[in-house]
Amino acid sequence: MTIEASAPAFRTIPDRLHGRWRALAGSWEALLLGVAATIFVADALASPYFLDLTNLSDATFTFTEKAIVALAMAFVIVAGEIDLSVGGTIALASTAMGAAAQTGAGTAELVGVGLAVGAACGLFNGFLVARVGLPSIVATIGTMSLYRGISYLVLGDTVYNGYPDSFGFFGQGYVWGVLSFEFASFGLLAVLAGIVLHRTTFGRAVRAIGNNPFAARFSGLRVERIRGVAFLLTGLAAGLAAVMLTARLGSTRPSIALGWELDIVTIVVLGGVNIQGGAGTIPGVVIAALVMGLVTTGLGLLNVPGIIMSIVVGAMLIAVITLPILARRLLHRRKPA
Amino acid sequence: MPGFDLRAALRHRELLLAAAIAVLLGAIAARFPGFVAPANLFGVFNDSAILIVMALGQAAVILTRSIDLSVAANVALTGMVVALLDAHHPGLPLALLIGVALLQGLGLGAINGWFVWKVGIPPIVVTLGTLTIYRGLAFVLSGGAWINSFQFSQSFLALPRAVVLGLPVLSWIAVAVVAVMAVVFGRSPVGRAWYAVGGNPTAAVYAGIDAGRARFLAFCLSGLLSGLCGYLWVSRYAVAYVDVASGFELDVIAACVIGGVSIAGGIGTVWGTLLGALFLGIIKNALPVIAVSPFAQMAISGAVIIAAVTLNTRAERKAGRIILRPVAGLPGRADRAPARATP
Repeated sequence: MTIEASAPAFRTIPDRLHGRWRALAGSWEALLLGVAATIFVADALASPYFLDLTNLSDATFTFTEKAIVALAMAFVIVAGEIDLSVGGTIALASTAMGAAAQTGAGTAELVGVGLAVGAACGLFNGFLVARVGLPSIVATIGTMSLYRGISYLVLGDTVYNGYPDSFGFFGQGYVWGVLSFEFASFGLLAVLAGIVLHRTTFGRAVRAIGNNPFAARFSGLRVERIRGVAFLLTGLAAGLAAVMLTARLGSTRPSIALGWELDIVTIVVLGGVNIQGGAGTIPGVVIAALVMGLVTTGLGLLNVPGIIMSIVVGAMLIAVITLPILARRLLHRRKPA
Repeated sequence: MPGFDLRAALRHRELLLAAAIAVLLGAIAARFPGFVAPANLFGVFNDSAILIVMALGQAAVILTRSIDLSVAANVALTGMVVALLDAHHPGLPLALLIGVALLQGLGLGAINGWFVWKVGIPPIVVTLGTLTIYRGLAFVLSGGAWINSFQFSQSFLALPRAVVLGLPVLSWIAVAVVAVMAVVFGRSPVGRAWYAVGGNPTAAVYAGIDAGRARFLAFCLSGLLSGLCGYLWVSRYAVAYVDVASGFELDVIAACVIGGVSIAGGIGTVWGTLLGALFLGIIKNALPVIAVSPFAQMAISGAVIIAAVTLNTRAERKAGRIILRPVAGLPGRADRAPARATP
């Protein structure tokens, strides 16, 4: 009975075959890196303005905030869950910061409020998924409406602005030459996330849970707590993204970061993270974020409208996943014949 | 035995939802008796018709442990295509346009289903991709321009509004789709296959059911109904633009979830889905009446989704197995517990 019940898990997660999976992971990131390099060259050929340090630095702003959330989202997805509420979390955190700014809060308090609200949203998601036991996709569709809904309730069709000048640093500031604060933070967080996912027991536990939550529990892992922490981290990352985005825009509307959850999940999946959990790497996510950034920047330089870019991104998501599967199937078919 | 319990719980759940709707209506009626006047209730039903139709397609997909995030984008693209056809070729018969809407919706759904069936990509990834592609294509076709009410032909706009036997055609379409789906879900081989695949894919395969094909057909149905709603939406609101029905996929999924369709597959009924869609429709229509800011609607539906799925999950939960029983006299467990509690 138990053997039969666990059979589909083996069928749907072929990545568990050790040697081959490792080789596949190598080739996946290599493939992505090749895609990134191709787009980089294409961008440079397509526009004379592309290969300019200031332009390249400006270009990073369009995707850095999403990429930071994607780093944390990778943990949630590797753990076999999903968080669709990150856009709503950013809206709520930004609204809270706006309300705090109206009462005269300083820059440090604003950052604290943004991070705290983000963490609280993540904690509530974690509570619903890990404690109450809701399927994460539905729970976070609910909280996505709830968080952004509270934003709409507070703001209606009005706008918060009037953030202190020094607050702008988090979205517009540079730490060294053309290196922006946002991109430098992304770099640091990427290294941190890579170490945590690939070199710590917590990271190993996250992957174990994504592969087989029952086996993980029977091995003595605190499955619920680790899931909850993954959601908490994602909420915190969304809070940080809210700080950066709000500082960059200098205003808050309830529609801020609308639809970002799909872009962020796209980055993570494009990065080779298995949407069913258990497998994925931070380097893959980082390269995927760069690919997204390069595509949108290149198309932007060519004056392509944003919605056409989203077609390209959607097609890329499907193509990058489909082509290796079809190629492998073709190669496989020849052997027995 | 467990099968019997499940069905009892299911029936119970729909009664619970119907009771919740009755309480909701009663609470509104206490202050605004006009809201529960039959004419207004029929208006609410008509307002919810598109949500009902699309929720039934989505319910089939969710039954098979899949999800279709592209339904609203399908509405936008199909609506745009029929709107463009009608605006540029006013002579085209309406039946042809509706045929185009149905076929195109079916085709878009089949694309989703093909990737899920033949390539084996998880449904959420496929439909996340096609969601952006379909809506993007609506932009490519229209160039971002709006098609406004004066550009449509009279017959194109008239159909959903035409009153037959006291109800608008739009409402009758919802009634017909509910009736057909009741048969498809409950009385047809493909409906049985959906439940089987969602309940236990491995067992379904051993029972001779092609699980991939069943999923494919569910996506086809979802696409077909979305295509129909593409025409209905554009015709009802007399406008077509790229952002038509933006974010509506979440309302559709919410209606299913509130209606008791389990996101884990295999559980859910046509009647539950209908009630779930009506529940959302009533809230949406009641807010302006009870003078709650329309901006509150999103927060309320979010809270309702969380509450509904919490109740449903509680009902579905299976008792865990105890694999290690505490044994009296063994040192390990008893000694460790207080030690951990002291700091």
